[in-house]
Amino acid sequence: MRLITYSRAADAAGAITTVSSDPTSDFLAGGTTEIDLLRQNVLTPRRLVDINALPLTGVEQAPDGGLRIGALARMSEVAASPLVRERFPVIAEALESGASPQLRNMASMGGNLMQRVRCPYYRDTASPCNRREPGTGCSAVEGFSRGHAVLGTSEHCIATHPSDVAVALAALDARVHTHGSRGEQTYSIDDFFLTPGHTPHREHPLEHGELITAIEVPSSPVARRSLYLKVRDRESYEFALVSAACALSLVDGTIADVRLALGGVATKPWRAHRAEGVLLGAEAGRESFTEAARVELADARPTANNAFKTGLAQRVIVRALETLTANGRTS
Amino acid sequence: MTTAIGQPLERVDGRAKVTGSARYSTEIPATGMAHACLVGAQVAAGRVTAVDASDAWEEPGVLAVLTHENLPRIAAQPPLVPSLFGGPAPGETFFPMQDDTVHYGGQAVALVVADTHERAQHAAALLRVEYEESEPLTTIEQGRDQAYEPEAIFGGFLPGHSARGDIEAGLEKADTVVECTYTFAANNHNPLETSGTTAMWDGDELLLHDATQGVNATQLTVAALLGIPLSKIRVLGHYVGGSFGCKAMIWHHPALAALAAREVGRPVKLALTRAQMFTSCGHREEQEQHITLGATDDGRLTALRHHKLSPTSHFDDWAEPSLNSAAQMYACPNYEGAYRLFRANTMTPTFMRGPGDSTGLFALECAMDELAERTGLDPIELRLRNFADSDPVSGNPWSSNGLKECYERGAARFGWYERDPEPRSRREGNWLIGTGMAAAGYPAPPPGTPQRARARIYADGSVVVQAATPEFGTGVATVMAQVAADALGVPVERCRFEKGDTDFPGIAAAVGSAGAGMISAAVHTAATALRDQLVREAVADSGSPLHGADPADVAVRDGVMTVSSPGAPSEAYADLLQRNHRPDAEASGTWNPPGLDTPYGMLTFGAQFAEVAVDPELGMVRVRRMTGAFAPGRVLNTRTVRSQLTGGMLWGLGQALLEANHMEPRTGRWAAGSLGDYLIAVNADAPDVEVELVEVEDRVVNPLGVKGVGEIGQVGANAAIANAVHHATGRRIRKMPITIEDIIG
Repeated sequence: MRLITYSRAADAAGAITTVSSDPTSDFLAGGTTEIDLLRQNVLTPRRLVDINALPLTGVEQAPDGGLRIGALARMSEVAASPLVRERFPVIAEALESGASPQLRNMASMGGNLMQRVRCPYYRDTASPCNRREPGTGCSAVEGFSRGHAVLGTSEHCIATHPSDVAVALAALDARVHTHGSRGEQTYSIDDFFLTPGHTPHREHPLEHGELITAIEVPSSPVARRSLYLKVRDRESYEFALVSAACALSLVDGTIADVRLALGGVATKPWRAHRAEGVLLGAEAGRESFTEAARVELADARPTANNAFKTGLAQRVIVRALETLTANGRTS
Repeated sequence: MTTAIGQPLERVDGRAKVTGSARYSTEIPATGMAHACLVGAQVAAGRVTAVDASDAWEEPGVLAVLTHENLPRIAAQPPLVPSLFGGPAPGETFFPMQDDTVHYGGQAVALVVADTHERAQHAAALLRVEYEESEPLTTIEQGRDQAYEPEAIFGGFLPGHSARGDIEAGLEKADTVVECTYTFAANNHNPLETSGTTAMWDGDELLLHDATQGVNATQLTVAALLGIPLSKIRVLGHYVGGSFGCKAMIWHHPALAALAAREVGRPVKLALTRAQMFTSCGHREEQEQHITLGATDDGRLTALRHHKLSPTSHFDDWAEPSLNSAAQMYACPNYEGAYRLFRANTMTPTFMRGPGDSTGLFALECAMDELAERTGLDPIELRLRNFADSDPVSGNPWSSNGLKECYERGAARFGWYERDPEPRSRREGNWLIGTGMAAAGYPAPPPGTPQRARARIYADGSVVVQAATPEFGTGVATVMAQVAADALGVPVERCRFEKGDTDFPGIAAAVGSAGAGMISAAVHTAATALRDQLVREAVADSGSPLHGADPADVAVRDGVMTVSSPGAPSEAYADLLQRNHRPDAEASGTWNPPGLDTPYGMLTFGAQFAEVAVDPELGMVRVRRMTGAFAPGRVLNTRTVRSQLTGGMLWGLGQALLEANHMEPRTGRWAAGSLGDYLIAVNADAPDVEVELVEVEDRVVNPLGVKGVGEIGQVGANAAIANAVHHATGRRIRKMPITIEDIIG
């Protein structure tokens, strides 16, 4: 048997020391992905340090009026927070469109950011996969790739990042706070997620044993008018084919502020900077929305199976923008 | 007299199932239990060149590693015959690990046995199997050019080619011709309980607990494979956690569990993993169907041509019988149907809910919808104009029908005629709303062998009825108590149905919607025999108030026999037995089913209606409501019948919009091997579903006139949805499932 040493961490510093000093160890939070991957022999740690008892919980208002989410806050807890629902509806909607109620009750926010890709080849140890075993090749590039990414891909990996809430966080310029052997660090969410490039096994810049402690969302008045639109094959309990997190404010029909990020189409939660560039200061309407969508997807590189995503992503962008501008939604 | 039959009684085993006290076949405890784990081939074609088990043997607790090098040879490979015919019923005529050839991905190449499940799994993961790989052929695109027309399919029971009239002449007479190709992704069953067997030897006697639709089928198949006498093998299967056809035939794992148990000298439990459910118990095959309809301007069919192309295994000519009901639904004088197969690196496909008809009628009913549009007729009117007064294939009368009532009552309940037939005529915000309908048909075939049951009444008046059939979610234990109660004339609370044991009177595998009909026939026959026996005893007994009465004048109610003559002398069954110091009385019953040559067309009919909302920009399809009207003959329990029909309709929804597996052309392996990748409908997808039951009396199919509801709920539901998508959007999507890219494409 593959024996795994299990311990419960009493304090963060101890947990970080334990994991940092043992390359075969890992943190264990909600375990909703990690335990599956252990069973499938995709992850093979020898030691698991359970961090669930650490005081990294809570959803609260930050001094600047933003949001501070403890890394061990559960998805359901964050989604239910009145503060989140009122000021950042896109976060609550993204959370509630993900997984199932049971999983949301277990899964932690830090773990959500750290979750692994859902590419079936990654999870099948019989298939080559650069992310699981660097240098073995990517089975998806010429395999069954209907659900795979069209943006941010490389010849080494085309798996999408599966998180919904990370898309909302990307739109709102969230920051990820960590604690590791180098001390405390803060990453902008855009820097936190890496595109695969030549090193698809490197998914984030954290060093081994670096622990997410909190997620911070800066004060963002525009987020009051925001939404998460998710297109998927079934109504519930399924990952996005395409999703969009969008926040927008208008002044006299002109877009005064806009945040847009895409899920399901890219190898990381995809901040649509190009589209935002087109939209900012433009007159809100189908014309500017369509142009923004076109520009954002201009570099899409679809496979034989997922060409539809390029067009679908543009339609989702337009729909999200139209919905936000049409119904006068403020919270 | 009917009191219990038809009542919406709650399931007698519902509490046991939901509280976990019901034991399933791999939950049976035994001293010294060992655990086996299958290892499937990671290539789809080639041969095993080496198996290095050294690491596996290093693990503590490993008891055996069985491969083609050391697994005992089987005694004989029985032919593939559908289990409804009552004989051995292997899922394919191939048994693994008899040589080094790999015919398909996931084919069992090793079996690891250890003292715990976890150790067996881990040791299995450490096994190093090396292959010489050859290029696999698995998809229609790859195999199309190699297709052949088989002489027969389905174990030889159905012809590869069939015809009536003159198809070419029929097409010449046609004013309108509709010609369409429909494609279908492969489907996997995925019941909640994975397949599994616990095997225990006692000397040369074998006891199996098996998750199966027929314990007799398991017994017969394993006995043939292992070469042991039937008297030495007993199969139990009290509870089965769903099947939908993947437990209708007997796959390799029961025999492998028995072989492994013999090898290690301990009881062995072999449960398939969820991933192995995609590679070890059959599937609905990928397929392509081509339909040509010819019709006159007034919508009368002059010709129907229906061809199907699908992959089969290296061993068997198998195609699910898609050209069955589709050939019988309409009064079309000129018909041609043909199956074409090609050999592929696949296991033999198998039955899956609505086998054949859910795909065959999808093609036909979508084509009929196109014909309705071409001829300007309402879809129901078109179908009524082609209504078959008798079975178009045999010319025989129907044993019962009810299709017109299904159209009428289904349409009324659904509000069918409120629609504007013009496509894209209804919009709500971003959603286009459409409605569609389809006819449904499914054979009500008699089983191939006599069906038996036994009824016993105790001196306290309580009753036990026994038959071998397992309970796999249909509610058989509940409804058979109802059947026995009415035949005996006792309250249903006093009747208990015992099941799932080959030591009980034999029942063929409950497949093809035949279970309720054939088991109720056996139970009714046995219980009636017991009633008649007790009445005869009473009238012959000088101590009975009934003495001297004509048995024909005796009625039984609440366990009391009463003569319809002045004074109405009566006696309870219990009093008769007690007075004569008898602890119980027992009778057996054998029902001899009508043969396949019975001069009647035997189909169950229905009509399906669906309303969908389609977001044409984002490609999303949501089914908003479904109505199904069905004429399944006698309804034994309205609650369990509605439950099966509702479930079937939701299966149709899943088939229409979600369920798909694809062979990867390069590797010959399934793209989906988990419920994360193979999507089935969840509660959030389920719309309001209404079931309308149309009563028809059928004196042919079986004594109670029960035609079965296992499949008919699914058949046609997919076509109603596809036709509704067309009505909503104006687009015909001729494939299953319809997914987002089809809508926006």
